[in-house]
Amino acid sequence: MIKHLLSVNDLTREDVVRILDTAESFREVGTRVIKKVPALRGRTVVNLFYEDSTRTRISFELAAKRLSADVINFSTSGSSVAKGESLKDTALTLQAMGADAIVIRHSSSGSPATLTRWVSASVLNAGDGTHEHPTQALLDLYTMRERFGQVDGLKVAIVGDVLHSRVARSLTFALSKMGAEATLVGPPTLIPPDAPAWGATVSHELDPVLPKVNVCYVLRVQRERQRRQFFPSVREYARFYGLSRERVAMLPEEAMIMHPGPMNRGVEIASDVADLPRSVITEQVTNGIAVRMSLLYLMLAGERVPEGGGAHAA
Amino acid sequence: MTGGHPAGTAGGRETRLMDETEIRRATTRIAHEILERNKGPGDLVLVGIAARGDDLARRLAAEIRRIEGADVPVGVLDITFYRDDIGLRADAPEVHETRIGFDVAGKTVVVVDDVLYTGRTVRAAMDELVDFGRPRAMHLAVLVDRGHRELPIRADFVGKNVPTRADERVRVALREVDGEDAVLLGEGPR
Repeated sequence: MIKHLLSVNDLTREDVVRILDTAESFREVGTRVIKKVPALRGRTVVNLFYEDSTRTRISFELAAKRLSADVINFSTSGSSVAKGESLKDTALTLQAMGADAIVIRHSSSGSPATLTRWVSASVLNAGDGTHEHPTQALLDLYTMRERFGQVDGLKVAIVGDVLHSRVARSLTFALSKMGAEATLVGPPTLIPPDAPAWGATVSHELDPVLPKVNVCYVLRVQRERQRRQFFPSVREYARFYGLSRERVAMLPEEAMIMHPGPMNRGVEIASDVADLPRSVITEQVTNGIAVRMSLLYLMLAGERVPEGGGAHAA
Repeated sequence: MTGGHPAGTAGGRETRLMDETEIRRATTRIAHEILERNKGPGDLVLVGIAARGDDLARRLAAEIRRIEGADVPVGVLDITFYRDDIGLRADAPEVHETRIGFDVAGKTVVVVDDVLYTGRTVRAAMDELVDFGRPRAMHLAVLVDRGHRELPIRADFVGKNVPTRADERVRVALREVDGEDAVLLGEGPR
């Protein structure tokens, strides 16, 4: 198995299948009275979050704890980072403390890759800038596979702010790796010009796409990234690209609705749509724990690299 | 069905320790012994350790049904996450399915495995099972006991005791996964 997870493209198709298969075992662990196994006893996992993200951090924290690893949460507010410590010095500190894995979320694309140069721990990208969010893509693949039996051949519409979305990038790469077809839907201002090179088709209209998909994946409108005006108003966005009841009626009967959370109800997804049985948003959350357990297990349960060993074991 | 020796023999020839009839007789006898020891099938559950322990557990359940007309629940347990050599092997051990669709609390659990050797697998299974609940009692049934224990563990029900050398290898083939029933002794590690 890979040493670091920086991008979906670090993984072969076989890796993805192994991660999803192992996650299935961890789903079962999540149904037990005691939802905890001793597999990673004595290992230390650090959550290093330079950007707020309650759900991803909690998901990783729960995943590591259910594997019996020790977890340290290192968030930037109130820490040495707030006092001006550089990423490198923080990394060297965590290294000196004996971290076996560092889960990093950072607003700068590529910072997880930079981190691997300084530490011998495994690095897991929990979202870097507008680059990637590979664990989200894997949990989404898991959720699709669970429902449809396989990912190969599925048609997935990814709707919304693709430009700022690391989720959209990682998911598109992952879908094309696994033989599914992604269609990116959004206004021209929110679709990156290089999108066709990701292995996806592009549409600026949602309605014609809906009847042809198995999955409608709704992206969050990232208001906090909305410094420049990418669309005239939230209301206009909701009218053209929001998933309303009327649009849900255009979806095939067995199609499911996904959202990476947190949702803006009434903007990209109507409130009553989010609560439909075919919206699997809470299942995505549950599956996220199992998929992250699978990754931590596969990456950390192998032989330990001796102290002072190089960053690349393979 | 595969003709001759099943695949997967890493060089060298294998001696047949048990054939299909002997395995059948052993499972029938163990089923009787379990019922005798437990005074019937009440509160009895079988948990087989993957792989092959689960197939043996299903065979024992079929025997118990034949003898007593009662259905005994069968679960399958994968002990990977409870192994004591995690971190000592190059790659993370492969995981298989665990499915225990019943409550083990208050039950007499018979743990079923194909070969009892060092006892480490059974230790892991015991630790894992108590995380599912608190059984009234746990017993151990194995098709072959080949000795060389590294932990203070013994089997309650044994198909056949086979003295072996540590450098020999005992392999159980079962119809369900290997296409034939046989216990084979060969050269090579494990």
